[in-house]
Amino acid sequence: MSVPATTVIPPLTDELDIVIPTIRNLDFLEQWRSFFQPYHLIIVQDGDPTKTIRVPQGFDYELYNRNDINRILGPKASCISFKDSACRCFGFLVSKKKYIFTIDDDCFVAKDPSGQEINALAQHIHNLLSPATPFFFNTLYDPFRDGADFVRGYPFSLREGVTTAISHGLWLNIPDYDAPTQLVKPLERNSRYVDAVLTIPKGTLFPMCGMNLGFHRELIGPAMYFGLMGDGQPIGRYDDMWAGWCAKVICDHLGLGVKTGLPYIWHSKASNPFVNLKKEYKGIYWQEEIIPFFQGVALPKECTTPQKCYIELSKLVKEKLGPIDPYFEKLGDAMVTWIDAWNELNPSADAAPVKKTDAAPKKK
Amino acid sequence: MSQVTIDSNEVDIVIAAFHSDLTSFMEEWRPIFSRFHLIIVEDPDLKEELKIPKGFDFDVYTKSDIDKLAGSSNAAMFSGYSCRYFGYLVSKRKYIISIDDDCSPAKDNNGDLVDIVTQHITNLRTPATPFFFNTLYDPYRKGADFVRGYPFGLRSGVTCVLSCGLWLNLADYDAPTQSLKPELRNSRYVDAVLTVPKNTLMPMSGINLAFDREMVGPALLPALKLAKEGKFRWETIEDIWCGLVVKAVCDHLDLGVKTGLPYVSRNERGSAIDSLKKEWEGVKLMEELVPFFQSLKLSPEAVTAESCVTEIAAAVKKGLGRSHTELANVADSMVAWLKIWKEVRSRV
Repeated sequence: MSVPATTVIPPLTDELDIVIPTIRNLDFLEQWRSFFQPYHLIIVQDGDPTKTIRVPQGFDYELYNRNDINRILGPKASCISFKDSACRCFGFLVSKKKYIFTIDDDCFVAKDPSGQEINALAQHIHNLLSPATPFFFNTLYDPFRDGADFVRGYPFSLREGVTTAISHGLWLNIPDYDAPTQLVKPLERNSRYVDAVLTIPKGTLFPMCGMNLGFHRELIGPAMYFGLMGDGQPIGRYDDMWAGWCAKVICDHLGLGVKTGLPYIWHSKASNPFVNLKKEYKGIYWQEEIIPFFQGVALPKECTTPQKCYIELSKLVKEKLGPIDPYFEKLGDAMVTWIDAWNELNPSADAAPVKKTDAAPKKK
Repeated sequence: MSQVTIDSNEVDIVIAAFHSDLTSFMEEWRPIFSRFHLIIVEDPDLKEELKIPKGFDFDVYTKSDIDKLAGSSNAAMFSGYSCRYFGYLVSKRKYIISIDDDCSPAKDNNGDLVDIVTQHITNLRTPATPFFFNTLYDPYRKGADFVRGYPFGLRSGVTCVLSCGLWLNLADYDAPTQSLKPELRNSRYVDAVLTVPKNTLMPMSGINLAFDREMVGPALLPALKLAKEGKFRWETIEDIWCGLVVKAVCDHLDLGVKTGLPYVSRNERGSAIDSLKKEWEGVKLMEELVPFFQSLKLSPEAVTAESCVTEIAAAVKKGLGRSHTELANVADSMVAWLKIWKEVRSRV
């Protein structure tokens, strides 16, 4: 495990929620029990709301199905995807905690090369609670890690680093490939344990995978909208990608850090590449225009909060990507709806009191 | 490692010798170096003759060779750690691999000796991907690929021209860091090669690197000499300067820089605390150099490494040179280097 040089004390049990989207069951939680049980879970049940999702005994959780989402958000529920794990961002919306860890229900505990089980949650916490270094690349990776430091030539004025907003973990076994790559290499498994955490430099975009992800909800939550995917939408499997591009641009603008690398989880389920191809198809060629768009985004100085940044981004999406397909007009609108919902459910301390949502969620 | 065939005729290994007896160093590297040509440049301050074991194909260059080629006015450019640039200058091959003479072969996580030549050449012969970050690191590596969300239009990558390796045991820390943590040793073998993204600067360490001399040779140059530069890495910054220049050139010409594997093992030498007694010139300078390079813009007419370096030298003279006299000299050295480089090329 990657441990910071200065001890990180609390495990954040009162400050972190674990968000899990699911459509089948949560049996995988049994394997994670010793690592997750102290924490509160927010389960977002996708698909048929009449189905009962069994949660293993002993976990403290809230569960939301589609009916709950519709009830809580009313007309704003249109921004939350259906029949796609993108619905997980509803969990980010309703959480009241400072940090979020989200994981897919086909992700299990991995082992490091010494055979020890990896506490992915603890690693994400270490990553989030130690600084990132986006302005200059450290060739020995995370300088705050035990056994490492900044190398010769690293400017001293940059050694304090910035707050880490996102911690992006990786996967052993089934790698997160797109459909074409899965079709060409159906048997490839990721068996390489790269023992590093590193900061993704400012100005560099990356493909953010939502399978094993931690983030600072207060600092970047509003940017972690997973878009319009799945049922009724022309695209799927680009939800986390979309959130990652938006969030990275905003992090770069606000001077926040994004880390990638450890922890690893064990990804067990290989999805059907033909099904994936149908979902990703439009995304694969839209992406060729989306990336230059994000690379060229310049947010104005006045955007000092993630919400303001996101609203500005939504305007740019409609303006610049709208011509590609009407989907982007819808997406831009949904981004605004998301922020409205965010502000309603997460009023800032000095704002006027917001009307409370009526019914309580299912709780254990 | 991907299967890249290495033509030994394409490779020169350049070593700067600070110790006259290279026997143990060469014996350690024999399994890896024996089939390659070596260029050994003797530190001009070294008085004794070099002792080199049998069985190697090598050429030695000494102070007199440097004086003859560079002339008395420019010979100082190749003193101390910068003498290895003379090796880069006289090489006629495509790839250069350069390591410090206080390094031994490292062992990987399986206990096997790390073949730095194969790894560096593999890095240089497979594309780099500076425009978008691949979360599974080098996508060309066996067992890896581009991940979901990586734009297809960017998957052919660009030519990699610089491969920066790492160090186990004594990592390349500066003197203040090593003094504060005298016990700190790097024992972590990170099994990755990755591209340093475009517009991201990094500190290039001269201890273990390789480059494509045909593409960027002019940009790996000796220029920034600290007033109190000594015979320990802690007392130099010439490679850091060089790395900033090379990265600026690469970013402008859409060429790639990789970092990570291979590792060498760096041996104990010298005292960081003793090096602290010297002025922290280098440390202070970095504070100015980084913002300068971050804002540097080269013109569209600069389409070769040489023309890029010319523009950078002019920018240094105009910008940094105004406030720092030592940096005005750096600009002059860069121009002088390019002249010698051109001259040597024209004789080939």
